Amino acid sequence: MATEGKEEGGLVFHPLDQFIVKPLFGDGAVAWYTPTNVTLWLAIALLCTVLLFVVGSRGRAIVPSRVQSIGELIYGFIYKMVEDVCGKDGIKYFPYIMTLFVFIFLSNYLALIPMSYSPTSMIAVTAILGFGVFFAVTILGFVLHGTKFLGLFWMSDAPVILRPIIAVIEVISYFVRPVSHSIRLAGNIMAGHAVIKVFAGFAALTLVSPVAILGITAIYGLEVLVCGIQAYVFTILTCVYLKDALHPAH
Amino acid sequence: MATETTDAPVGACVDAGGYALGMPQLCADWIPNQIFWLILCLVAIYFVMSRVALPRIGAVLAERSGTITNDIAAAEELKQKALEAEEAYNKALSDARVEANKIVVDAKTDIQTKLDAQLAKADEKIAAKTAESQKAIAEIRAGAEKSVVEVAKDTAKEIVASMGGKADARTITAAINARMKG
Repeated sequence: MATEGKEEGGLVFHPLDQFIVKPLFGDGAVAWYTPTNVTLWLAIALLCTVLLFVVGSRGRAIVPSRVQSIGELIYGFIYKMVEDVCGKDGIKYFPYIMTLFVFIFLSNYLALIPMSYSPTSMIAVTAILGFGVFFAVTILGFVLHGTKFLGLFWMSDAPVILRPIIAVIEVISYFVRPVSHSIRLAGNIMAGHAVIKVFAGFAALTLVSPVAILGITAIYGLEVLVCGIQAYVFTILTCVYLKDALHPAH
Repeated sequence: MATETTDAPVGACVDAGGYALGMPQLCADWIPNQIFWLILCLVAIYFVMSRVALPRIGAVLAERSGTITNDIAAAEELKQKALEAEEAYNKALSDARVEANKIVVDAKTDIQTKLDAQLAKADEKIAAKTAESQKAIAEIRAGAEKSVVEVAKDTAKEIVASMGGKADARTITAAINARMKG
């Protein structure tokens, strides 16, 4: 691919190279413990979390400062979401959902900084998030309700003949949840970044470069929306799955 | 291409030029690394959130709503007090008005009784004076009648004498008495 690009006279497309994992120090193999560019941007997300929620609210002011009011806004938004979707008994899982939302939200937006790395575009990362939610919710459902949790798959208000069929469909859809949950996020973020990179590759041609720059700007604007929406979608789906675990009866 | 051997330790997912082979997302060599750091990061965020950030923000929000509720309650109380004060003021005003009316009425009746008493006293005095005057007038009149009779007798005697007659005192008196009656 590299040699191909060179032959075409500077028009080089490597839209996926931005996702390569590199060690931060030196270049050796990437072992499981090696600090990499993924580590760096995860650490930056953590730092931003601390800045936004801990440093921002250190005044504990009744009349909030600007950063504190952003933190309070996100807190109120997620708190209300958990309360509305899961009900009052879902409130005790609020810190977990808040952690998920803040991590995805900050990672998505930090990835929009040029030259940055986007952990949420990696299927390994989102799969851990999605399957983590799946296993947590399933285990929680069985712990809270025992075998009654299986009532989630048995539509007691459907006609008797249809119930087994619906149960099969429900089971399949239940097990597809974590897959769609994680691929949705990674796919959206990866596609957006790759498309921006493709437009950037076209910018090497003088003739089409204005269009390419316009395209980058447009896709960037779209990505600003997608980053927020995907964080929101991931979180609200987590709330919906949690609601199923808390109240399995249809 | 010559550098391929030196780049080999980087992994099976990157070619000699440092470009990705296939999707970096699916490179098995990198997955444990991402999972390890992700879990570390999530645990760290969770602890920051659940231990520091969320209780603090929750407390601030609760305190704020508490303050707002208290302030509203205090405002309500003050408003109630203001209403009460206004009511008391209005009551005092109407009381004062009633009191003033009573005082006016009292003063009027007082003046009336005093006036009546004074009038009665004055009437009495006037009546007494009138009676006295009446008596004096009667005396004067009686005195005057007597004088008239005497003067008439004397005059009549003199007239009779001057006319050359001898006047009988008894006749003259009778005549005068008759005249006086007539």
